[in-house]
Amino acid sequence: MTNSFDELADADCIFIIGSNTTVAHPLVATRLYQAKAKGAKILVADPRKIQMALFADVAVRQRLGSDVALLNGMMHVIVKNGWHNQAFIEERTEGFEDFLKVIEQFPPERASELSEVAVDDIVRMAEYYAKAQNGSIVYCMGITQHTTGVDNVKSLANLAMLCGHIGRPSTGVNPLRGQNNVQGACDMGGLPNVYPGYQAVTVPEIKEKFEKAWNATLSANVGLTVVEMVNGIEEGKVKAMVVLGENPLVSDPNAGHVRHALEQLEFLCVIDIFPTPTTQLAHVVLPGASYAEKEGTFTNSERRVQRVRQAIDPVGDARPDWQIIRDLSNRVGYPMKYGSAEEIYEEIRQLTPSYAGITYERIEGEGLCWPCPTTDHPGTPYLHKDRFARGKGLFHAIDYREPAEIPDAAYPFWLTTGRSYAHYHTGTLTRVSAHLDREMREVLLEMHPEDAGAYGVKDGDMVRVSSRRGTVTAKVQVTDRIGKGVLFMPFHFAESAANVLTNAALDPVCKIPEYKVCAVKVEKAA
Amino acid sequence: MDYRSVLTTCPYCGCGCGLYLEVVDGRIVQTLPSKTSPVNRGRLCIKGWNAHEFVHHPRRLTRPLIRRGDGQVEASWDEALDAVASELKRIKETYGPDSVALFSSAKCTNEENYLLQKFARAAIGTNNVDHCARL
Repeated sequence: MTNSFDELADADCIFIIGSNTTVAHPLVATRLYQAKAKGAKILVADPRKIQMALFADVAVRQRLGSDVALLNGMMHVIVKNGWHNQAFIEERTEGFEDFLKVIEQFPPERASELSEVAVDDIVRMAEYYAKAQNGSIVYCMGITQHTTGVDNVKSLANLAMLCGHIGRPSTGVNPLRGQNNVQGACDMGGLPNVYPGYQAVTVPEIKEKFEKAWNATLSANVGLTVVEMVNGIEEGKVKAMVVLGENPLVSDPNAGHVRHALEQLEFLCVIDIFPTPTTQLAHVVLPGASYAEKEGTFTNSERRVQRVRQAIDPVGDARPDWQIIRDLSNRVGYPMKYGSAEEIYEEIRQLTPSYAGITYERIEGEGLCWPCPTTDHPGTPYLHKDRFARGKGLFHAIDYREPAEIPDAAYPFWLTTGRSYAHYHTGTLTRVSAHLDREMREVLLEMHPEDAGAYGVKDGDMVRVSSRRGTVTAKVQVTDRIGKGVLFMPFHFAESAANVLTNAALDPVCKIPEYKVCAVKVEKAA
Repeated sequence: MDYRSVLTTCPYCGCGCGLYLEVVDGRIVQTLPSKTSPVNRGRLCIKGWNAHEFVHHPRRLTRPLIRRGDGQVEASWDEALDAVASELKRIKETYGPDSVALFSSAKCTNEENYLLQKFARAAIGTNNVDHCARL
């Protein structure tokens, strides 16, 4: 997030797109309600009539994968009416002229045709956001999990810059992180192209810095992303895999393909706290400690570094993951001598400038938001105050592209996936929690009443849902929360895994799979 | 009776709510929201209120397992760690370091993620390290 949670409550317009905030980030949703109570305009764009849509001043259901068209249409309206922030554009940005040329081509009528959002709604959303004093954008995986994910995010950045809604309190472009420590895993260099602190592996001086600090020769080649690793197995390039606390067999797109690939590995080691479909394929399974059994830090969506503290001893023979990795490293001939999580953290501080000023002692209470370069620095609640990371903010000229797969005669329905309020990701943790399991025991496929009527399906009936990649069986929930011709399915349930159906088509830049859009057909199960 | 209340951070979504784990005789019996956390100020969602339930679940993995034939059998830590290290060394030597790929985890701590990517890059010699941020 460019800004912090509390600032949202003071925005006078919040545009929520591709985030089911009340379900996936309930404590962020509380800020949205606070803002609403203070008179903020709430705008929601989501293919489902999510709870936040019921409280919105304008709520629209855009066609799956049409976000760029919708946003370009809004920006067209803003420019045509002179609602943009000319002073901000001149002082803080570049690339505006090229951007305008593309925006020209998106009059609201065309945007409406592509996105299936009424012209009037496009105009009203544009006006509310542009005319706000402090407009905030909140988004989540509904924006990113597309073959146009990068285009979608850049379009939101365009919108914020166009109106000067960035670099001030209660503004910004605010992605909510799906997992507790996605932010931290990225910050720590759990990515194939960067070391900790987003320092590129391809820059020779940076590589040298880490070679010296780690006393090792490092590779200058950018590594493989998750989906590329799976493809790499099939191509015979990847032979061994170590999986720390993840369940790619349920979480990855085209799950049947993932299973087939993992079965071909010469060696698979999985470190986890529960048996999962992925651990079952492993040659060696190592029992890790849960969050309650170890020390460390997590970094939340607002970049706040907070402590994790040990409450109990690890269950059975389980061990904290940092000890497991240390002991493995010593055995493969690269010595690691850490005696505590804090010792590792101190090394992180030395090598990661944005974390340098954050110590365990300083986050004993509230935590601190990075960047925090020195131990007397107060942390940074919002980014891009006087300048952007690259200097001037760059407008990107982005044309609309269709999703990789759209419905046709053979697969006539759109399918989109997401979370439910009681469960989390692949359900490894929530489905073994009695009170959460009780809330939702099985997958429910959302289907519009008219579609249900046409297929002769009632609430609670079982249907077979098939895509070009696989078939699952699911119980139908008839609801107008979802639009006609669209189906929604949560992905928590391994026995009817939505990701058997989803498309592994990737965004060409960031390689995110298109979980949010694929084409399926439905048959009544016998 | 031994009672402890330990302040920590919720393991579920990216909000990062502060909560107390209430521990009685080595078992976590409930969670309580931190009133002073700037994230949640005394509130939790349904997942946070139940964030302790999976910790003591009987299905937890508690021993290392090694595959033997079609099944997996319990092993000692030394056996299991030796098996992983020798296979990683063998595959790295046979096919090169880029034949090894590692998933780090958005569920694990910063310290663990740091160490896993350091292990990938410095000990194995590959940048093939990624996690489910995109998923």
